[in-house]
Amino acid sequence: MWSFYFHELMRSLPFFLKGLWMTVAVAGLGLIAATVIGFILGIVRAGRNKILRSIIGAWVDLIRGTPFLVQVFIVFFILPSAGIELEAFPAAVIALSNMGASFICEIVASGILAVPKGQREAATASGLSNYQQLRYIVLPQAMRSIIPPLVGQYVLIIKDSSVVSAIGVVDVTRVGWLTVQRIPEGLMVFGLVGILYFAICYPLINLSNYMERRMTVTATTL
Amino acid sequence: MLEAFNFRVILEYMPLYLQCFLATLWLSALSLIGAISVGIIACAMRLSQSRAISRTAGVYIESIRSTPLLVQLYFFYFGLPSLGIMLPEWVTGVIALTLNSGAYYAEIIRAGIQAIAYGQIEAGIASGLNYFQRMRYIILPQALGMTIRPMLGQAIVLVKDSSLLSLISIMELTRAGQLLTSDRFMPTEGFVTTAAFYLLIYYLLKTFSSWSEKRLIFREAL
Repeated sequence: MWSFYFHELMRSLPFFLKGLWMTVAVAGLGLIAATVIGFILGIVRAGRNKILRSIIGAWVDLIRGTPFLVQVFIVFFILPSAGIELEAFPAAVIALSNMGASFICEIVASGILAVPKGQREAATASGLSNYQQLRYIVLPQAMRSIIPPLVGQYVLIIKDSSVVSAIGVVDVTRVGWLTVQRIPEGLMVFGLVGILYFAICYPLINLSNYMERRMTVTATTL
Repeated sequence: MLEAFNFRVILEYMPLYLQCFLATLWLSALSLIGAISVGIIACAMRLSQSRAISRTAGVYIESIRSTPLLVQLYFFYFGLPSLGIMLPEWVTGVIALTLNSGAYYAEIIRAGIQAIAYGQIEAGIASGLNYFQRMRYIILPQALGMTIRPMLGQAIVLVKDSSLLSLISIMELTRAGQLLTSDRFMPTEGFVTTAAFYLLIYYLLKTFSSWSEKRLIFREAL
């Protein structure tokens, strides 16, 4: 029986690869949007405007304090009642990039605040504009403490993208769920799904660890 | 959207919400105790002299960290019955949550232990303290002071992750929101109330985290 199911599973492998492609699409789009929005919010959050700072802080707390599954349901079920009709796919990307952005915002803000104050003062004294200070002095130095946790955050975004299967996006988790109705070998089916996620996430986790080691070394030798 | 917000329905469903709130607390607390125990054991194994034991713990930690919780949950939910093991849903859910957070706790504890300078332990031996005194007065206070924040952070993650248990039809907070959506078609009321309860837990844990940071400043000993 086992080998029969294994054979069946191998036959539905193209279905799994399609699901994997959907996972990559949702997570990839969410990741890009989250990075762009997260950096903008993070720069503002580390800035001088107190009102904007606390608004962003409150929003970040709201997102961090609620489960991603609830956020997905809110985007998918509640935005339509406000007159915005959404398919499952855009709803998933919106929820994912919103969640990712609020986490990346905190990473970017703390990276910027970790740059010594003297650097900014020296830049001001050299007559650089605000934009030039950010572009040439602060961000390049902040990057060193931003990039390792940023890659770690990407892994979390990819893993959290599995949750959007709950609203019917046919990603690789959903494919597993559909397949297990037909091939009742849960260990085998979700073992395969797990291997597919592992293949994406494990190298990224190692990359993050590697960069963390390297970047702290350069920081101390500086 | 807001003018149509129906507080009467929320009041009507409040007993259900409170019951589900308690269920979330109970499931999370049970998984938290399990996860910290698993984390301590996995960390001890990871730091073991024997390569085989250390490797085993390493494989466990890495494979948990590289795959989504939802996939792990389905792995147990669909996989255990195919092995002939029939468990109630909530037990499966607690097992998945425990094993998932256990891997993260193992990493947190390891970081805490490895951050203590070896000189501290040597100084303890030189002062004539025995093993338990060294643990009680030197190692644990420092390790606890350093790990209390990430530990509470992981506890917050665990509470949020317990929302995924609703997908294997366990009655908890997110499930209550789903019920309100399917029974009355009121997703706004349902999920906003759910989110409010999660935020309550989040703010409690966050306040406790910053309080403990102030109270347990063992770090100054370093």
